[in-house]
Amino acid sequence: MAEMIWLVPLLPLLSSVLLMLGSASFPRLLIAVLGVGSVASAALLTMSIGMDFLADPQPFQMTLWTWMQVGNFSPGIAFYFDGLTLVMMSVITGVGFLIHLFSTEFMEQDSSYARYFAYLNMFVAAMLVLVMADNLLLLYLGWEGVGVCSYLLVGFWYQNSANGQAARKAFVVTRIGDTAMALGLFLLFTELGTLNIQGLVGAANQQWQVGDTLPLIACLLLLGGAVGKSAQLPLHTWLPDAMAGPTPVSALIHAATMVTAGVYLIARTHGLFLLAPTAMMVVAVIGLATSLMAAFTALMQSDIKRILAYSTISQIGYMFLALGVGAWAAGIFHLMTHAFFKALLFLGSGAIIHYLHHEHNIFKMGGLRSKMPVTFWSFMIGSAALAALPMTSGFFSKDQILLQAYQLPGAGPWLWLGGLLGALLTAVYSFRLVFVVFFGEAKTQTEGDTGWRMAVPLVVLCTLSLIGGYFVIPLDQVFPASSGDHPAHWVEYVSISVPLVGVLLAYLIFHSGQLNVDRLVNSSIGQSLRQFWHSGWGIDWLYDVLLVRPYYQLSRLMKGEPVDAFYSLVVALNQTFNHWLAESQTGRMRWYVASMVAGLILLLTMALQISLEAG
Amino acid sequence: MDGLNIPLNHILLVSTLLFSIGMLGLMIRRNIIFILMSLEVMLNAAALAFVAAGAHWGQPDGQVIFLLILSVAAAEVAVGLGLVLQVQRRFKTLDMDDANRMRG
Repeated sequence: MAEMIWLVPLLPLLSSVLLMLGSASFPRLLIAVLGVGSVASAALLTMSIGMDFLADPQPFQMTLWTWMQVGNFSPGIAFYFDGLTLVMMSVITGVGFLIHLFSTEFMEQDSSYARYFAYLNMFVAAMLVLVMADNLLLLYLGWEGVGVCSYLLVGFWYQNSANGQAARKAFVVTRIGDTAMALGLFLLFTELGTLNIQGLVGAANQQWQVGDTLPLIACLLLLGGAVGKSAQLPLHTWLPDAMAGPTPVSALIHAATMVTAGVYLIARTHGLFLLAPTAMMVVAVIGLATSLMAAFTALMQSDIKRILAYSTISQIGYMFLALGVGAWAAGIFHLMTHAFFKALLFLGSGAIIHYLHHEHNIFKMGGLRSKMPVTFWSFMIGSAALAALPMTSGFFSKDQILLQAYQLPGAGPWLWLGGLLGALLTAVYSFRLVFVVFFGEAKTQTEGDTGWRMAVPLVVLCTLSLIGGYFVIPLDQVFPASSGDHPAHWVEYVSISVPLVGVLLAYLIFHSGQLNVDRLVNSSIGQSLRQFWHSGWGIDWLYDVLLVRPYYQLSRLMKGEPVDAFYSLVVALNQTFNHWLAESQTGRMRWYVASMVAGLILLLTMALQISLEAG
Repeated sequence: MDGLNIPLNHILLVSTLLFSIGMLGLMIRRNIIFILMSLEVMLNAAALAFVAAGAHWGQPDGQVIFLLILSVAAAEVAVGLGLVLQVQRRFKTLDMDDANRMRG
């Protein structure tokens, strides 16, 4: 089965090309069959390859052909398959298939049905190339490929110029990170002479010592790329705006797969990061800071998709925290469970938006519990997993991250405390969402609950969100084993109880109203804090003032081409003199004679003057 | 040399006067024939100065140049009058300002 692995990215790619070429003539059913079928068969292939791998867990490498040959640099179109690849491929094709199925109903009324599936399939193909690549250059190809698809899909409804703006923002902001990553690749290649990931890590361990400067720089540059793609501080501002795309796209690209590419990159190159403890500390701190910042912001949003977007940023922050403290497997585990429950939540919100005539404001919803039971239970389960309530999948992964963070010597307990605060906030904002949207009195009319093509993915994802925590993912060979000992029991009890406290708080504030926070919120400090958090800690504003507006001003200045002004001045002077002299060419001879005489008299006078002075 | 002994300065004064009259005519007349005549006056003024200078220093050069100027003037008149005829035919006028075709 393993030699069929190249088919996995090829199938969605082929379908994408077909859809792009023949989109005008295809009937809707064929488009849906092509779009969903290609990803479904890729998922089936992945499953059977995975079965073989689990029976005999041998990582293998497969070179299709040499991509290019320049001097001693010959990157191949080559795939590397191990436990980490398997987990990522399963998430991409599995969750991707469910979201494609969901989309067939969600996008049914859209006139650009084929274009949508073409982009979505191309995204799946690019993402698969990203995680299967055996060298960093091919990985970078997939990395940029998903970036392009993200741009295309965020701006899918391009007739609205705000969507195009959001798409450009997503593209430009991630480009900043990508530039850092490209620099990182250059550095790695010049220093180590290869971009093959396994060879790279081996060579790095031979050439460099732990704590050297070069691995630190290389890791920080790679981290720059990861931070841009995974929407972490300080490059996270594009993700909330990227919610302008269709909701299934937000579920697939901006929650389950693409935004976790940064996590994958760091996990894949963990051999380098182990050589640079400082870089790992930076990863952990960025992750924690992002997760807290985003959690506070999510608490204040009223747009259902923006809440989920900030929650995604916050959860990826957790994954970064896990990577930073060396809990590689826990980070990837959280990546997987997060893909389940965040895709579930996004698809649930997509169902709500679909049947509520594109209403995004949660305060205009309410009482949807009885009208949309499938969606309600999806949200309940998804939020429970997001808040890490015991026995859900999120509980297992987040618990592992927090416990391993606690065990980090030195800063560990502090990271753990920060993570706990984040967990508390997560529970509050996710259940605020549930209570506001599904309980209370109904404020809008719905058109009933979801059809089967929407319901099936929701139910499957519900199941996965519930039982995902019991999956055993085959990462033992990929990552160095973490220390087996557990911290004191009280640490574990605190970790378990904090989310419960959060849910209780959300219940008291947003449902029963027993805990009235109006006075706190309406005080002047409360108001300004609220405003501050609502705007995402003013970071968008800061970038606007620091970068965007000066850039606009500069370009407005440059529009007049000030450098050319000097040369145009020379031209203008010449033309003026030319006009003056042309004026004197009247054709009247007597004037010519008169001016000649005048000139002669002038010259004679001067000559006389000079000779007199000399004499 | 007996007879009239006119000082050089006086002759040069007359020559300058003649030259100025010619130049003035050049500047203020519009008729092309008068312009040609003014030119002749100026040439003669120069010739006078040469002859006077030659006489003053007892050199033949002055008279040689006079002969040269005379022939130049003759040639000039021949060409000039030919042009005058052409101008008269083409523009039906001898006024040089009216014959001006420049739209400057």
